[in-house]
Amino acid sequence: MQLPKLPLGYAVEVLVDWIEHYFGWLLDAISAVLRFLIGGLQDLLLAIPAPVLILIAAVLVWFVTRRDIKLAALTAIGLILVWDLNLWNLSMLTLALVLVSTIVALVLSIPLGIAAARSDTLNSALRPILDFMQTMPSFVYLIPAVIFFGLGNVPGAIATVVFAMPPALRLTNLGIRQVPTELIEVADAFGSTPWQKLLKVQVPVALPTIMAGVNQCIMLSLSMTVIASMIGAGGLGYQVLVGIQRVDIGMGFEAGLAIVIIAIILDRITQNLVPQRGERV
Amino acid sequence: MSIIFEQVSEEETGSVEPIIRVRNLTKVFGHDPEKALELYRAGRSKQEIFEETGSTVALIDISFEVSRGEIFVLMGLSGSGKSTLLRCINRIIEPTAGEIWIDGKDIVRIDNDELREIRRRKLGMIFQNFALLPHRTVLDNVAFGLEIQGVPVEERHSKARDMLQMVGLGGYEESMPDELSGGMKQRVGLARALTSDPDILLMDEAFSALDPLIRRDMQDELLELQQRLGKTIIFVTHDLDEALKLGDRIALMKDGAIVQIGTPEGILNSPENEYVEKFVADVDLTRVLTAGDVMRRPEPVAQWTAGPRVALHLMEEHDISCIFVVSRQRILRGRVTLDDTVEAVKRGKQLGDILITDVPKVTTTTPLSDIISLVVENPYPVAVVDDAGRLVGSISRGAILAALARKGVDTNATA
Repeated sequence: MQLPKLPLGYAVEVLVDWIEHYFGWLLDAISAVLRFLIGGLQDLLLAIPAPVLILIAAVLVWFVTRRDIKLAALTAIGLILVWDLNLWNLSMLTLALVLVSTIVALVLSIPLGIAAARSDTLNSALRPILDFMQTMPSFVYLIPAVIFFGLGNVPGAIATVVFAMPPALRLTNLGIRQVPTELIEVADAFGSTPWQKLLKVQVPVALPTIMAGVNQCIMLSLSMTVIASMIGAGGLGYQVLVGIQRVDIGMGFEAGLAIVIIAIILDRITQNLVPQRGERV
Repeated sequence: MSIIFEQVSEEETGSVEPIIRVRNLTKVFGHDPEKALELYRAGRSKQEIFEETGSTVALIDISFEVSRGEIFVLMGLSGSGKSTLLRCINRIIEPTAGEIWIDGKDIVRIDNDELREIRRRKLGMIFQNFALLPHRTVLDNVAFGLEIQGVPVEERHSKARDMLQMVGLGGYEESMPDELSGGMKQRVGLARALTSDPDILLMDEAFSALDPLIRRDMQDELLELQQRLGKTIIFVTHDLDEALKLGDRIALMKDGAIVQIGTPEGILNSPENEYVEKFVADVDLTRVLTAGDVMRRPEPVAQWTAGPRVALHLMEEHDISCIFVVSRQRILRGRVTLDDTVEAVKRGKQLGDILITDVPKVTTTTPLSDIISLVVENPYPVAVVDDAGRLVGSISRGAILAALARKGVDTNATA
């Protein structure tokens, strides 16, 4: 027996048409802003000569890791290798894409996470959505991204934002909720306003957990670069994709290695941004 | 400690306006407090009410007053509602019904802005697990209250520095809370509460997380501090010894109600019901009872102006081997023994020639634990004198044993 097929696909198409018709302006605006940010950041990164940027990166790592000279040296060596492999321009595009996606994801997920920590209703409403976002294969995001934003870097960034948001949101929520009751009571007992409580107690105490979310967000953004290249996002991901398509192992490996180098550097920087001292309660 | 207590009780009998007045305070946790209270009034147990309504009756009809400068102890086992009660006073927990008057304002009915203002200026709080902000230096922790009030950074740091100095933590300004020991952390907690100069300190099991020696030091320091600064303190504890040591008055709580309010002596000597008596039973009596509790009337005494014959006669008549000698106004001069007096009568000496002036003396507030050793070392009774040196009582071995035995029998009978 064959059940009558529900016209689910058709319904989605109608919905997409409707959104495009009434919210086309919004999609265009988002598109323009993202294009500007990604292009601007890429231009900025490329405007700085590679050796200077490598030096800046090494000094930054040295500084945030509290003078870990070994890590700073590895950063410099890794980036010199990327430069030497002629992957510098592609790397800067990837970096721009990852940073813009991460920033957008964080701007959305951290306030949402804080709101979810304060409201059980919002939290239980968000949970299934987050589950959905995290368990859905990341390829699936590509379809609506293409439908609404066409091909290129912008839909790539959008798909990346959707994919990278959940851990930052969840960890922000968790971090705020795990602030010990006594510390909340301290804020109240000394007469804090709700904002003072949030900014002087809850967020600072939750910061190590929130930073773990930020770190995860960046790592997931990077892991999306190859997938996002399937809808036209450029950079190292596209290089890997081409390598796969042409069965050009060397090319794929070089681009993949460059992604790993960038990932490690970003990881070390974000992990050390918050002082370790006084982390325990 | 007891000196403070006496002052306060004098004030109570006078017409001192209480700084905190709690009237019929009730707190129910849960969605339907009305229903829960109705059931409670109908005589149902808390357990039944919880099963029926899902609400917990945490405090029921609490009324008490605290005088300015008093240390008021809320004591009870866990779950008795003492911490809930403390948190109602600064409305960290919202009361269900009742009134809490602080300095003439019912804080249950004021709006949030006014409440914040009272929390900032009048109420300081100290927590069981110190509750220091882990991301801030000691100095910034202590300055937290002033920061919340918007005091400029130099001013609040300078005040915080002074407070740290006062609690003996000068030099630790830039340390992180993690680097301090438990006792030091609670000093920081104390300094933080004192920095905004509140009239009232709410202390929630403030010393319970500390080890016994540090704890005793902190208790002593708190008493000393309170005497110096004259703060009103509401102190929550589950430890009776601590309550007896710190409290001017103690409210003993059980199942969300106050079972008895009284001075430490009052609660020990006349527990109002079996619960209080059981609570009090395992107290180390020698630390609680004072000379005033066990002393007997110093009868007879020999007048300084009388001769040895009179003293001898008194001793023979009362069958004692030693007698205290007092001058007019009952100022203690010393004592004479039977043997010496007999000798003096034979040889025609005066009382002054045989007077032993080096007599062990205690005051009415000296704890029994300090007296026992004196009594053991001395074959003769210990003299109890007041501040002016007047003889008010004497303590013999027999009196101490009798007092301890009396308490022991009482508590055994109810256990």
